[in-house]
Amino acid sequence: MDKHSLISISDLNKEEILALLKRAQEFEKNPNQRILAGKVVASLFFEPSTRTRLSFETAVNRLGGRVIGFSDPKSSSQAKGESLKDTIMMVSNYADLIVMRHYLDGAARYANEIASVPIINAGDGSNQHPTQTMLDLYTIYQTQGTLENLTITMVGDLKYGRTVHSLLEAMHHFKPRFKFVACDELRMPEQYKQYCTEWGIEYEETREFSPEIINQTDILYMTRVQRERFSDLMEYERVKNIYTLTASMLTGCKPNMRVLHPLPRVTEIAQDVDDTPQAYYFEQALNGLYARQALICRALDL
Amino acid sequence: MVNKEKKELAVAALQNGTVIDHIPTQSLFKVVDLLGLKDLTDVSVTIGNNLDSNRMVKKGIIKVADLFFPEETLNRIAVIAPNVVVNIIRDFEVVEKLHVALPDELIDIVKCNNPKCITNNEPMRTHFHVIDREHTTLRCHYCERPVFQHDITLK
Repeated sequence: MDKHSLISISDLNKEEILALLKRAQEFEKNPNQRILAGKVVASLFFEPSTRTRLSFETAVNRLGGRVIGFSDPKSSSQAKGESLKDTIMMVSNYADLIVMRHYLDGAARYANEIASVPIINAGDGSNQHPTQTMLDLYTIYQTQGTLENLTITMVGDLKYGRTVHSLLEAMHHFKPRFKFVACDELRMPEQYKQYCTEWGIEYEETREFSPEIINQTDILYMTRVQRERFSDLMEYERVKNIYTLTASMLTGCKPNMRVLHPLPRVTEIAQDVDDTPQAYYFEQALNGLYARQALICRALDL
Repeated sequence: MVNKEKKELAVAALQNGTVIDHIPTQSLFKVVDLLGLKDLTDVSVTIGNNLDSNRMVKKGIIKVADLFFPEETLNRIAVIAPNVVVNIIRDFEVVEKLHVALPDELIDIVKCNNPKCITNNEPMRTHFHVIDREHTTLRCHYCERPVFQHDITLK
């Protein structure tokens, strides 16, 4: 059972998170290292996700490894009705590591029970996406110089957004303060607020996306408000514009404040924010490469 | 009073076997399913429901002659009826009274309510962790969703 799989961000303790951040820092300095020479990594995308897949495959290629796999479930044996178990058993024979994205919740945890090689979860349905959380943590660390004692404001879809839930859980090691900004329909679920209370984490909930909130913030974590989450489309039209960040809202913010977003964005960050020193979402996406390089090396004990 | 005498008589009528008492009436048939009593062909099974009870107004009771369940099996009952009492009868005497205890892990007993959970889409066993004993709250090992007591469905 000494496989270093990563299924859920809660599988990592504080020391492991900090070690991974250090490792990611090394890859940022030098992303091209032939650590994976002779290794084969399977990239199994049972659900398409171009952004995550390219980031992983770039990580493997820059480390000198080779990639096998599929990016379109229609071309895999799943389309013929093969069980996940059989696919994983077969691929375990060929690869040293499996990176998998699946449309069902819990698929990665199950695959990890079957596979003889480590698994990295690249997203399982609406459940977990731990490599996204690692890159978020790395970006926060990179921009703030620490993960400790930060004020993190989460805006938009706090109900269904798995990235904000995982980030909240991962940050519990580092004494954060949270501000949750959302409309009533998309409020932070009770279970996560309870989690904050259990861990003694201060939080504040509000409907107003105001400059006062922004000015107290170290990390402004924006998320996409998805149209399909609303039963009332009028409500969606009203809400989507309330939670839009524009450059003029940043005039009084702290100098160290940075705006993050898991991407893709639609209207929640206006284009004029891109030119401010606070915009950091494209760098954040690039950090996905370094964070994943660190996680791949951890998985293979390299 | 008459009722009580009859009940005692009924229990005493079992020479050897297991009596599961104080089952909430709404859980009785779930317990029957859980123990697989429908599949028993060569032992006598007596099932009573909506019986008067001093402790719980109405209750259900199950008596199975000449059969003793492993403790692990009995503890599964705690998932749906945490306060039942199990009487082990030998030679017309109650030789042991057991209170069922909810195990920490429930393997292949409860069904996950999330239709997008892998356990509902692959031929595999379910696995739940008990995260709150007092309120019988479970969490799916795979999709990580919580299941609250009133939503528990057996597999």
